[in-house]
Amino acid sequence: MNDLDLVSKNLWRKPFRTTLLIISVTIAFLLFGLLNGFLDSINRSSEGNGAAERLVTLSKVNFTQPLPISYIDRIKAVEGVTDVTHASWFGGYFQETRNFIFSFAVDPESYVRIYNRDIVLPAEQSAAFVADRTGLIVGKDVADRYGWKVGDSIPLKSNIFTNKVSGDNTWQFTLSGIYTGSSPADTSSGVFFHWEYFNETKTFGIDTFGNATILTVDPARNGQIAEAIDAMFANSRAETATQDEAAFNRSFLQQQGDIAFIIRAVSLAAFFAILMIVGTTQIMAIRERTKEIGVLKTLGFSSPRVLGQVLGESLLVSLLGAAIGIGLVALIFMLVNGMKLGFFGVLSLSPEVLGISAAIAVGLGLVTGLVPALNALNLRIVDALGRK
Amino acid sequence: MGSMLRQCATVIGLNVSSIPQRLLMSLATILSVAVAVGVLLGFLALAAGFRQTLSGSGSQDVAVVLRGGASSEINSVVGRDQVRLLEVLPGVAKDAEGKPIISSELYIVVDGKRRSTGVKANMPMRGIALSGVALRAPARIAEGRMFSPGSNEIVVGRGLIREFAGFDLGNEVRFGTGTWKIVGVFEAPGTVFESELWADAAVVQSLFNRGTSFQTVRVKLTGPDQLEAFKAAVAADPQLNLEVKSEKAFYADQAGGTAQLVEMVGMPLGILMAIGALAGALNTMFASVSNRAAEISTLRIIGFSGFAAFVGTMVEALALALIGAAVGIVACYLMFNGLTTSTLGQGFTQVVFQLKVTPEVIQQGVIIALAVGIIGGLFPAIRAARMKPLLGVTQ
Repeated sequence: MNDLDLVSKNLWRKPFRTTLLIISVTIAFLLFGLLNGFLDSINRSSEGNGAAERLVTLSKVNFTQPLPISYIDRIKAVEGVTDVTHASWFGGYFQETRNFIFSFAVDPESYVRIYNRDIVLPAEQSAAFVADRTGLIVGKDVADRYGWKVGDSIPLKSNIFTNKVSGDNTWQFTLSGIYTGSSPADTSSGVFFHWEYFNETKTFGIDTFGNATILTVDPARNGQIAEAIDAMFANSRAETATQDEAAFNRSFLQQQGDIAFIIRAVSLAAFFAILMIVGTTQIMAIRERTKEIGVLKTLGFSSPRVLGQVLGESLLVSLLGAAIGIGLVALIFMLVNGMKLGFFGVLSLSPEVLGISAAIAVGLGLVTGLVPALNALNLRIVDALGRK
Repeated sequence: MGSMLRQCATVIGLNVSSIPQRLLMSLATILSVAVAVGVLLGFLALAAGFRQTLSGSGSQDVAVVLRGGASSEINSVVGRDQVRLLEVLPGVAKDAEGKPIISSELYIVVDGKRRSTGVKANMPMRGIALSGVALRAPARIAEGRMFSPGSNEIVVGRGLIREFAGFDLGNEVRFGTGTWKIVGVFEAPGTVFESELWADAAVVQSLFNRGTSFQTVRVKLTGPDQLEAFKAAVAADPQLNLEVKSEKAFYADQAGGTAQLVEMVGMPLGILMAIGALAGALNTMFASVSNRAAEISTLRIIGFSGFAAFVGTMVEALALALIGAAVGIVACYLMFNGLTTSTLGQGFTQVVFQLKVTPEVIQQGVIIALAVGIIGGLFPAIRAARMKPLLGVTQ
């Protein structure tokens, strides 16, 4: 019989109590994994792929204010700018307002070129999109949801604009291509069509765009290039604000309130409560066995070895609970991803969350085991055997 | 019956007086219930506060008119000619001079910075006429003065100033070609209007390049019962592709989505944490029963019923859970009630609101704590009731 046997025998002497302890630890890690996985997913889907190297130019008043289309050529001419594209919010939906779609009017050729990591589609579909004035490319998630196929005629409605040809808020498009992201984990919930077609048919806001995306010769010079662009339009009718894309997306996300703060606070509260429960129960469990520990010591078990056994017990509870909790998180994420709800992207456990969970599990085990272990360490045999 | 009650009272007394022997575990249970209740209440108070602010904003006898399908003010466009057509429809209230009480407004989004984090956020700037201010009954100037028509002046809601920087009284702000001066602060307690900037509609039209178009129209009706007649008249006119709602319904609709989302996140979190607390409660109560095994057996031998033992343990569990709930509620009330925060509303702009720990919210907290107490007490109590009289003494 080795030490591990002793530890597990002790652990399961009251199976119900140990099960309850493991359940509480499981719940703490379940909450931690779910919340952080969710936070990661919204951060990822809002920041896109490596967007920190791209610049975004928007109206200085607010990003909902349009900018004149003539700005695009002027931005192109700024020293250090290598490529520019633009997008305008359409406010689109399919048939019913609840079928909301992230839809943008873009300059097709340059948009597909600059966002080549986010928009991956066969070359012939891409060419068809650029060639067809009423062409539309849609993300695979959207196409799957509504059962659209290449070649379909798709009517989209706008909750902002009116089409002067049809007289209502409907635009007709031909589906030229279905795109995916470059990795399977990417979301593809956007819809893009020609800015020219949109500009010629809408009743107001003509010759404007919403935001421009800019590539530069060297991301290290982005700060200076952004300043040059904004300086060019300073004191004009439409001033601009240029910043890196990731920062813009982050600030947009923070408009919802400090989600990260709430998630951290809830995880912390859960861990604190679990720490109290596991810690006090462990203290009591060890106190019940005072006499046995006295016997072990009498038999010649050294104090450090007894300490190790007690710590091992609490570590085992903590690690088992953490493993089950994180396992459940993985399972839940798999089920949610399978449902393809679309609105919060693909949920996954990042290596960081796994690493932090492991560290916390070990920490929780050590902290909850510490007091009872020290009690056992300092126990004098005479006292232990004498205690009732 | 009387003897049963006396038995129960005795056992409850014994249970309670032995709590100090399990002080640490009992405290842990109380605290874990308190944390679960506190987290749940925090989310519910957030949802309740948001809902209250929006539903407190609209009045029944004001109709909001938007372009058909627009659903929020920012997406809507209404032409000057359409406003003229609205003025003569049935149900529209008239002032002393016989002019219709109607307010054509613009709704423009400008950037502000959150005071706490310095991050940019969307502020609603409303182009409005003085008649429109009069349509909002609770609104009044608290500091400075109202903007004067035709000038680049802005008055700012109290809530917006509290949460966002850049719009303090006396400041000048630049949007596009125009420089605006902040000349006043207004209050409209408990409404969404306190999160807005107000300026003269005509000046906003010209400085934001809006021509003669507006975005929304608010119409004072002769009474709430006139809404249907007014709506029907709008629908009957082919020149008006517009949507009509009572202002009350307009804001209530906007509250729904966000408040429900917060509740949908908060409920499962609260319940999960309550299950964690339940595990603690069960452990504590089982410990309580095994601690007192000799005691319970002795009582059974001298004639106490198993039921009394059951009640004693149940009451102890419920007491721990309810104390936990009380601690959670008081802590949540002190920390969160009245706390001001803001989030992005349906109008795509920040809505400033206060967290509200309402009686309904407290009730939810008590229910979840009671569930923990009842389930956490039940199984240990059954064990106590079934304890063999002699076994406990001999051990």
